Amino acid sequence: MNFKHKFVFLFPGLFVLIGILIFPIIFTIRLSLSGWNSYTPEMNFIGITNYIRLFTDDPRFWESFFRLSFLSVTTVILQYVIGFALALMVWREIKFKRFFRVIFLIPMMTTPVIMTVIWRTFFHESLGPVNDLLGNIGVKPILWLSDPVIAKFTVIIVEVWQWTPFMFLLLLAGLLSLPKEPFLAAAIDGASPFRKFVYVTFPLMAPISIGAIIIRLIEASKIMDTVFVLTSGGPGTATETSSFYIYIKGLREFQMGYAATLSFTYLVIMIISLTIIAKVLTKLMIKE
Amino acid sequence: MHKFYTFLKYTFITLWTVFIVAPFLWAISTSFKDFQSVNSKVTYIPWLDFEPTLEGWRVLVKSPARGGVDIVEPYFNSIFVTCTASLISIILGTLAAYALSRFTFKAGFVRNNDITFFFISQRIMPPIVLSIPFFIFLSTIGLLDSLLGLVVVYIVLLMPIAVWIMVDFFNRVPKELDETALIDGCNPYQAFYKVVLPNSIPGLIVAGMFCIIFGWIDFFFAFILTFTEVQLLPVKVVALNSSITPWWSLSASALISVAPLIIVAFVVERYLSKGNLSGALK
Repeated sequence: MNFKHKFVFLFPGLFVLIGILIFPIIFTIRLSLSGWNSYTPEMNFIGITNYIRLFTDDPRFWESFFRLSFLSVTTVILQYVIGFALALMVWREIKFKRFFRVIFLIPMMTTPVIMTVIWRTFFHESLGPVNDLLGNIGVKPILWLSDPVIAKFTVIIVEVWQWTPFMFLLLLAGLLSLPKEPFLAAAIDGASPFRKFVYVTFPLMAPISIGAIIIRLIEASKIMDTVFVLTSGGPGTATETSSFYIYIKGLREFQMGYAATLSFTYLVIMIISLTIIAKVLTKLMIKE
Repeated sequence: MHKFYTFLKYTFITLWTVFIVAPFLWAISTSFKDFQSVNSKVTYIPWLDFEPTLEGWRVLVKSPARGGVDIVEPYFNSIFVTCTASLISIILGTLAAYALSRFTFKAGFVRNNDITFFFISQRIMPPIVLSIPFFIFLSTIGLLDSLLGLVVVYIVLLMPIAVWIMVDFFNRVPKELDETALIDGCNPYQAFYKVVLPNSIPGLIVAGMFCIIFGWIDFFFAFILTFTEVQLLPVKVVALNSSITPWWSLSASALISVAPLIIVAFVVERYLSKGNLSGALK
């Protein structure tokens, strides 16, 4: 095929994307070497001062990062287990199959911040239905949003509600595309449902599972909307994630230079850790 | 054993369904309440627990001057930004995906897979990392607080999704299809436009749906890059949240904002059941 044509197809998209992204990235790196804040809003050069501050004198960032890791890993594991279970249940014939499939998909179509607004009224400590219903069976009001430990679980509940459908969708699409022969063979051998799952379904689903987990981890690593509306990072900094901390530094305190340092470091850590996770998962789940 | 498993299965499905539906039911109920029935004690069922009013829904169409919440304009802004950005992303993404699926690219150590990965990896970029430079960039060229600026940003958000879905899809469209077209005297563009594209409608629809979902549900960029001139729906609803908490209009506007995409759930399910999605999402 002619040499030129392929570039006509590829380049518009590639250049638009690079064109939009190249400036922000270079700008972020340059900004991270400056002391741009509300007193001196200019691109001066202060070397790696910001990076030294980040690595020696900013425990809050690292705490927010570990909190984010905890939140995203926990939610993705829950989403995977629940999503896989749901997908298996509506994979084969059951009553009202299509009805349940639609229901299970709905949360991912809803805007996270808007649903979180609803969740906030839902978990409201005196006027919300959860504490009221629990109160009816004699449970003391739970501080869903103002207890530092429980607030984390509230965030997890909302994230699981919101994004399990995505996992469910990817896994169900995967299940539906599996070849039939291995299952026939297992049926002929008289394998129990449990053994069928362990020796046939799960290995066949491994590549799809890895893909789904990685995609969800990427998205979960950006947890921000939920936290922003539900708890605003609070109580204190109990649910503050990296994105939220960068947002506070950059766009509330206007320490643009330092926020750029945080952003760039965060991005690099994200890329490295996601690559490592992808490699490890592939090794664990796909046995030759 | 088998019976027990079936029992477990249906229990789990029922519980999960209740969990999914609960916030919607709560919001529907709340949207018909008034001050009294929200703030005195927790109420659930209209007529039984409280006297329903339409106040929460009525304020949505009133003008702000008369104490209403103007949700119509943000609604159309959201539709415009989402659709425009999705359309551009789909067009550019599909072209690029076709190139990556059919031709071989070589530049130094960069191969097809690396270019595909470059496209998709843009999803890794946390919105906050981009939002600070975009904030300064857009304000320099005067596009801060404008629809056009948002469309530009949303393309970054959506094009990776389009490329991701379409590359996989084109990989499953047999190559013989375009080769036959080329032998029949089409040029590569005609082969793409007249033969490959019509055979890719399911893929395009899936990609389109995903672009629309992820465009519609974005909050963060809209929140940071717009203020008063242009407001998108999520920003508007969240702004309601911070005021004195009129839960009824809050619930009504939330419900009306998430309603259109719930239809998408039905479309997705249809494609899933017909088997068209299976390949497209692998």
